[in-house]
Amino acid sequence: MATVEELKLRVRELENELIKCKQRRSSEEQNQPRGRIERMSAEVVDSNPYSRLMALKRMGIVEDYEKIRSFTVAVVGVGGVGSVTAEMLTRCGIGKLLLFDYDKVELANMNRLFFQPHQAGLSKVEAAEHTLRNINPDVVFETHNYNITTMDNFTHFMERVSNGGLEEGKPVDLVLSCVDNFEARMAINTACNELGQIWMESGVSENAVSGHIQLIIPGETACFACAPPLVVAANIDEKTLKKDGVCAASLPTTMGVVAGILVQNVLKHLLGFGTVSFYLGYNAMLDFFPTMTMKANPQCDDKHCRRQQEEFKKKEAERPKQEVVQEEEEIVHEENEWGIELVSEVTEAELQAASGPKPDLPEGITVAYTIPEKDEGASSGQTVEETDQSLEELMAQMRKM
Amino acid sequence: MADEATRKTVSEIPLLKTNSGPRDKELWVQRLREEYLALIKYVENNKAADNDWFRLESNKEGTRWFGKCWYIHELLKYEFDMEFDIPVTYPATAPEVAIPELDGKTAKMYRGGKICLTDHFKPLWARNVPKFGLAHLMALGLGPWLAVEIPDLISKGIIQHKEQQSS
Ligand SMILES: [Zn+2]
Repeated sequence: MATVEELKLRVRELENELIKCKQRRSSEEQNQPRGRIERMSAEVVDSNPYSRLMALKRMGIVEDYEKIRSFTVAVVGVGGVGSVTAEMLTRCGIGKLLLFDYDKVELANMNRLFFQPHQAGLSKVEAAEHTLRNINPDVVFETHNYNITTMDNFTHFMERVSNGGLEEGKPVDLVLSCVDNFEARMAINTACNELGQIWMESGVSENAVSGHIQLIIPGETACFACAPPLVVAANIDEKTLKKDGVCAASLPTTMGVVAGILVQNVLKHLLGFGTVSFYLGYNAMLDFFPTMTMKANPQCDDKHCRRQQEEFKKKEAERPKQEVVQEEEEIVHEENEWGIELVSEVTEAELQAASGPKPDLPEGITVAYTIPEKDEGASSGQTVEETDQSLEELMAQMRKM
Repeated sequence: MADEATRKTVSEIPLLKTNSGPRDKELWVQRLREEYLALIKYVENNKAADNDWFRLESNKEGTRWFGKCWYIHELLKYEFDMEFDIPVTYPATAPEVAIPELDGKTAKMYRGGKICLTDHFKPLWARNVPKFGLAHLMALGLGPWLAVEIPDLISKGIIQHKEQQSS
C-alpha cells in the first residue's frame, strides 16, 4: 500500500500535468496574434509592443524611429544567422521582409536559435514566416523556397530584389546575405552589382569561433569578388585543428553575436544613427572585433562591379566639393602577432608555388586565400584542342563512352 | 594540395579557355564544348590507365549535370548516382557535387548529399579560374572524396555492396 507521502507526491504530479494541459489548451484558444497596429505609438503601456523602441527617439538616439516601417529587407539564407536576423528585424517593426532559403528545418539545427523541434520537416521559410507573423503581424512577409544560385531561380531572385519593396515595383532597401556557402554569396554579389543594390554580407567560420559582417555599396566599397573572401584571422594553429570527419561546427553563441552585429549595422544604416561599419570581424577566441574599410578593386573580375565604380566616380566628380576635406583614416599596420596568416592548411610548397600578393589588412583580418598575379602560378598545360564538332555531337560522344 | 598521382592526372586534363557562365548565351555554348572536350579526354585517359570511374552528362542547356561514379573496393564495385547544378556564378565558383543516396550517412557532407571538399579545393579552384572545368572538379573534388569516404563507409558497414552489380 502506498504511503501518504507517496500519495501526496502523486497528487502533486497530477496537478502539474493538469496545469500543463490547461496551459496548452488556453494557448491554442488564444493563439490569435494581436491585430495590426496602424501607427507606432510611443505611449508606455504594457500592451504597446513598440514603446521601448520609440523610447530611442525620446532619448535622442534615433531621430525618426517610425521610419523603420517604410523599409524592406531581403534576408537570403534563413539558417543560424538569417533566422535570428529576421526575428530581430521583425521585433523592431521592419516594414517588409523577403525570406529566401531552399532548406528544411532539421533536428540537427537545434543547437542554433529560433527554430523548434516541432517544426522539423517544414521548409525554413514557411516555418519562419509562421513564427514571425505571430510575433509581429504588422510586418509584411514574402517567402521563396528555392536555391538562388540556379539559372531560373536567380532570374526570379533578381526580379524580386528589384521589385519586391513595400510598394510593389520598387526595389528592396537592403539585401542581407546570411548564407553558408561561397556560391550563394557570389550569386548575391553578382545580382547586387548588376542592380546597384546595397547589401550586407555576414558569415561564421566553419570552426564556429569567428565571424564577420560587411557592408557592400556597389562601385564604392569592395564587392565580394574584389578580393578573396576577407576573414577573421584564426589564432588557432591550423595544424592542430582537426577537420577530419566533419565539415563544419556551429555554436548558437557565435551565430547570435553575428546576427546581432549585422542587424545593429542594418538599423544604423537604415535609421541613420551611430557609425555604420564597413567590415566588422568577431574573434570569439580573443573577444576581439577588428574593423576595416576596403575600396572597390578597379581590376575586379565582375564587370558590373567595374561599371558601378565608373558610375560612382562620375557621381563623386559631379558632387560639389565640401569645404572640409575629410581625411581618409589610414589603416595602421601593426606587427602581425596572430601567427597563422592563411586560414586553410596550405603547405609551404604550395604557398611558394601559387601564392599571390596579400593585401594590406589591419590586425586580425586576413584573406581566405591568395590569388597569384594573372597567369602566374596557375596551372599551365595543354588547353582543349579546337574541333569542328558541335555541342550536340560532343554530348552524344560522351554518352557513348 | 593533392598527392603526386592526382597532380599527374590533373596535369593531363586539357585546360579550358572561355571564361563564360550559364548566363552568357553564345559564349556559354563555347564553354560547354570545351567542358565536354575536357571531360571526354579525361575519361579516355582514365580508361587508358585502367582507372575508369565516372560518367557525366547534362541537359541540353548544360546547366544541370547528372551521372554515375563508382569505386572499386576489394574487387567489388560500388556505384552511386551523382548530380549537380551549374551555379550562375560558374566558373568563378565550382558547382557543389551531390551524391543524394549517401545523404545523412557521413559527416563529410552538407545537406542534400553535397560532398564536403577539402580546404585546398577552393583556393586551388579560385587560382585557376577559368582554366579549370568540370573534369578538374571530378579529379580534384569528387575523386579524392570517394577514395577517402567510400572505404570508410564500407568498413563501418554503412554501405553494402549491391549483389546485382557486376564487379
Ligand atoms: Zn568588385
